[in-house]
Amino acid sequence: MSTTVSSRPGNPQPDNAAADTGAASISAKPVSWKTPVLLAAFGLIALVFFGLLGPNKTASFGISTGSDFFQLPALEVNAFGGGIVLSVLLLALAAYAVYLKTKGRPAPVWLTVTFIVLFVAAFLIWVVGGARTPSISLAGLIAGSVTLAVPLVFGSLSGVLCERVGVVNIAIEGQLLGGAFTAAIVATMTQNPFIGLAAAAVAGAVVSMVLALFSIKYLVNQIIVGVVLNVLVSGVTGFLFSTVMQEDKARYNSPPGLDIIQIPILSEVPIIGPILFRQSLVGYLMYVAVLVVWVGLFKTRWGLRVRAVGEHPQAADTLGINVNATRFWNVTLGGAVAGIGGSFFTLVAIDSFTKEISGGRGFIALAALIFGRWNPIGAFFAALLFGFADNLQSIVTIIGTPVPSQFMAMLPYLVTVLAVAGLVGRSRGPAASGIPYVKG
Amino acid sequence: MKLELRGITKRFGTLLANDHIDVVVESGQIHCLLGENGAGKSTLMNVLYGLYEPSEGEILIDGKPVSFRGPGDAMAAGIGMVHQHFMLVPVFTVAENVALGAEPTKAAGFLNLDETRRRIREISDQYGFDVDPDALVEDLPVGVQQRVEIIKALVRNAKVLILDEPTAVLTPQETDELLDIMRQLKAGGTSIVFISHKLREVKEVSDTITVIRRGKVVGSAEPSASTTDLASMMVGRAVSLTLEKAPAKPQEKTFEVRDLTVIAHNGQHVVDGLSFDIARGEILAVAGVQGNGQTELTEAILGLQDRVSGSITLDGKELLGRSVKDVLKAGVGFVPEDRKVDGLVGTFSVAENLVLDLYDKPPYAKGISMSPARILENAKARIDEFDVRTPSAAAAAGTLSGGNQQKVVMARELSRPLRLFIASQPTRGVDVGSIEFLHRRIVAERDQGTPVMIISTELDEVMELADRIAVLYKGKLVGIVPAGTGRDVLGLMMAGIHPDEQAHPQPAASRPAPTSDAEGGDHV
Repeated sequence: MSTTVSSRPGNPQPDNAAADTGAASISAKPVSWKTPVLLAAFGLIALVFFGLLGPNKTASFGISTGSDFFQLPALEVNAFGGGIVLSVLLLALAAYAVYLKTKGRPAPVWLTVTFIVLFVAAFLIWVVGGARTPSISLAGLIAGSVTLAVPLVFGSLSGVLCERVGVVNIAIEGQLLGGAFTAAIVATMTQNPFIGLAAAAVAGAVVSMVLALFSIKYLVNQIIVGVVLNVLVSGVTGFLFSTVMQEDKARYNSPPGLDIIQIPILSEVPIIGPILFRQSLVGYLMYVAVLVVWVGLFKTRWGLRVRAVGEHPQAADTLGINVNATRFWNVTLGGAVAGIGGSFFTLVAIDSFTKEISGGRGFIALAALIFGRWNPIGAFFAALLFGFADNLQSIVTIIGTPVPSQFMAMLPYLVTVLAVAGLVGRSRGPAASGIPYVKG
Repeated sequence: MKLELRGITKRFGTLLANDHIDVVVESGQIHCLLGENGAGKSTLMNVLYGLYEPSEGEILIDGKPVSFRGPGDAMAAGIGMVHQHFMLVPVFTVAENVALGAEPTKAAGFLNLDETRRRIREISDQYGFDVDPDALVEDLPVGVQQRVEIIKALVRNAKVLILDEPTAVLTPQETDELLDIMRQLKAGGTSIVFISHKLREVKEVSDTITVIRRGKVVGSAEPSASTTDLASMMVGRAVSLTLEKAPAKPQEKTFEVRDLTVIAHNGQHVVDGLSFDIARGEILAVAGVQGNGQTELTEAILGLQDRVSGSITLDGKELLGRSVKDVLKAGVGFVPEDRKVDGLVGTFSVAENLVLDLYDKPPYAKGISMSPARILENAKARIDEFDVRTPSAAAAAGTLSGGNQQKVVMARELSRPLRLFIASQPTRGVDVGSIEFLHRRIVAERDQGTPVMIISTELDEVMELADRIAVLYKGKLVGIVPAGTGRDVLGLMMAGIHPDEQAHPQPAASRPAPTSDAEGGDHV
C-alpha cells in the first residue's frame, strides 16, 4: 500500500527493474500513506456498519444527572440517519487526507482528532441504537471514563517523569500494584485513608528506587529490571494477600475509603460538574499533578535540567549537573506518583485489595505516555481516551448490544494498539531514554 | 588570569594518557596544544575542566592551587570549554542551552529566559555572532552551533576558553571566521587554549605552541616555526608532508554514476542526482564538509542503502540493486569511514580480519571448512607488506593503534584484484607516519590502473591525492574541478557556491586583517 516500503539494508532491491520502478515513485518528501489509508478504511467501516447496517431506532443520550441544578433534555438521534451523516463526514475527512497526501503534505493533527471524535460518536450511536435499552447517560459515560482514567493518568505521569530524565519505566504496573496493596493494608491497620495514601506513595517510590539503583548504578538493562520488578511486586503482593490478608480480612484488608468530595454549586453544573467537581481526593490530586508536572517540566529550572539530562546527559554533565543523582531522584518521584495512582484502586474504586488488582493498567499507562508524546497534558488526554474505551465497554455490555461482550472487552486494548501504532506517527521520545550514563 | 598546569599525570588503568605535563597559559594569549590524535590533548583538557580527576599534579590559577570536583567548579573558576563534539541539547532553543546549569530564575524556581536572551544578544552583538536566542539548536548549521558553545562559556564569564579541535567540523571559510573570533576574544582579554593537529591554523593564530606526543610535552615552538619542523616534533621523526606522485595517466572510463539519489528515512534527499565517472588510473577525490552525503554515496555504491534510484555501473554492469557480496565480487574494494564499526571486527584476530571478505572462497575455504594455515600464511604476507605493527597475527585487531588498524583494513581490501577502489576517510585518526604510507599505497593502486575514489573531509588530503576533485554540498554535486584548484575556491564550493558564481569576490572569501575589530561580515 505504500511506496515507502522497501527491503532492508544489506539486501536492497531484488533486481534492477525493481530499482528503476522504485525510482519513479519516490516522492520528494515521502509522507506516509498510513494515515490517509487508515482513515479511509475506518470511514468505510463506519459507512457500512454504522450507516448502511445501522439499526433504524432512536438512540437517546442523557446529558444531565439527577443531582444537577438544572436539567437538560436528553439528546435523541435516529441511529440510521445519524450513522449515515457521520460516516459521510468521516469519508470526507479521509478524502481530504488523501488529497493532502497527493500534494505531499501530511494530515494535520486537527483532522485526526476530529476524525476520532466523529468516529466515536458514530460508534456510540450505532451501539446504543442497537441495544435492548437504547439509552445511556452521556454524563455518566464521561464521568466514569475519568474515574477509570485516574490510575492511568498517574501511571503515565510516572512514565513522563522517568523517561524525561532518561530512564525507561516498565515497572509502572508494579508501582501501581505496590501502591494499591500498601494503601489497603496501611489504611486498614491505621484506620486512616490519608496515611494509606501516603504509604502508597512511599511503596511506589521504593519500587522505583530499586529500578533506579539497578539501572543507574549497576547499569542493568532498564527494560529487564522493569519487567522483573513487575513480576516481583505481583508475586510479593499475591503471596501476602493469600497468607496475611485473607486470614483476617477485617484486620488487614478492609480499608476505610476516601470520600467523594463535592464542591458546592460547581458540582451541579451538567457534564462538567461530575467530571471536575465530584471527585475523591485522589481525583483532585490527579488534576493538580498533571498541571504541576507540566509547569515543572517546561517552566522551571528543575524541568530544564531534567529534560537536558534525558536528552543529552553529557551536555548536562559538562554544565555541572549531576546526571545520575537527577535521574535517581526523578525516578523515585515518578514511583511515588504511580503509587498514589495505585491507591485509587483500594481507597476509592474498590474497598479491598485483590490479587492483580491493577490488571495491566500500568502497561496501558505506558501506551498513554507514548500516545501523549511524553507530555503530561498529552498523556492525560491519552489516558482519558483509554479510560473512555474501558468504560464504554462495561456500559455497553450492561445495556445489551448485539456485539458479543468479548469483543467489547477487547475495545480498550484495540484502541491502545491503534492509537500507538497507527495514529501517533513517528513520535520522538527523549533522546537518551533507556541509555545509562557512564562518565568519560 | 594566568593558568598553570604543573606535573599533570592521568592514568586509565595501566594506560598513561598524560605524563607529568607542564603548561603555562598567560593571560590574553592563544596557546596551542599541538599533537596527533591520541596524544593526550583532550584528556589533559578534560582534567583541566574537572571532568577527570588527575592522578598526580596540580592546577594553579594566578599562582594559587585549585582543585575541581566537576565542571561546575572549573566554570566557577573562569574556565570554559567548547568540546569537539558539541555539548548542546538539540531539541532546546539557544537560550535554553545557554541558560542550562546556571539558570536565571524568578521566584520558586521559574525560569527567567528573558535575562538569558538579553545576555545572548549582548554577546552576539559584541562579536558579530548573529545568533537568534529562540532558534532550535538542531536547526542551526554547525558553525552557528559552535558560536552557541562559545556564548555558553562567555555568559559564564570564562577567562580561559578551551577549544578542542574546533575546526574539525567547519568549512575553510567558517574556520577563518572562527580564527577571527579567537583573535577578537584575545583582544578582549580572554585566554584561549587551542587544541589542534592542523598546522596551518595553528601557525596562523597561536602565540605559543606546546607540542604533546604520547602523553608528554616534547617541547614548545614559536608560530613562526616551519610546518615541517612542527610536524616532525609532533610525530617524533622527520616526515615529508608532500606526496610524490607521478601525473595520472587516465585510461577508459569504467565507473559511471548517473542521477544517483539516496533518500533517508526522514525523507531528505541525502544524495541528490549525482552523476560522475572515474577513469582507470585516476583518483577522484570527493570533498565536502562532513554530513553532506558522502557516507550515503559510498553506502549506495556498496549496496548498503535501500532507497536508491539512478544507476551505478562498473565495467558496463549495473551495481545498483545487487547484494553487497555481489558488489564485492564485481571487484569493488571499500575502506569504510569508521574502521571500528564497519571495517574490522575488533575481537577477531588480525589474520581473521584480513580475510573477512574471502573466508568462504578458496584457498581459504574448502567446502564448509576453513583453512587456518592458509589464513595465517596470508596474514604474515600482508603484515609484512603493509608494515602492520602487531605483536602477532593472532592478536585481536581491536588492540592495535588506529594507524595499524587502518593498515589491516587497507591490506584486506587491496589484496585482491580490484576494478574499483573506494576509500572513505582513509587516514582519519591515523598517525602522520602511517598517513604517508597509506597515501603511497593508494597512489600505487591508481598506477596499476584501478579507478580510485577517495572521500575525505580533510582538504589537505583531498588536494594531495586528487587527480580531480568533486565537491558535495547537501547531497548535490557542486562541481568537479581539476587538481590544483585553490583552497579558497574549494572552500567556497564546500559551502555550496559554484566556481562560476564566485566571479564577484564576496566579503566572506577574503580574509580580514587579524586586528580588525567588531567583524560583522557574512556568516555562511
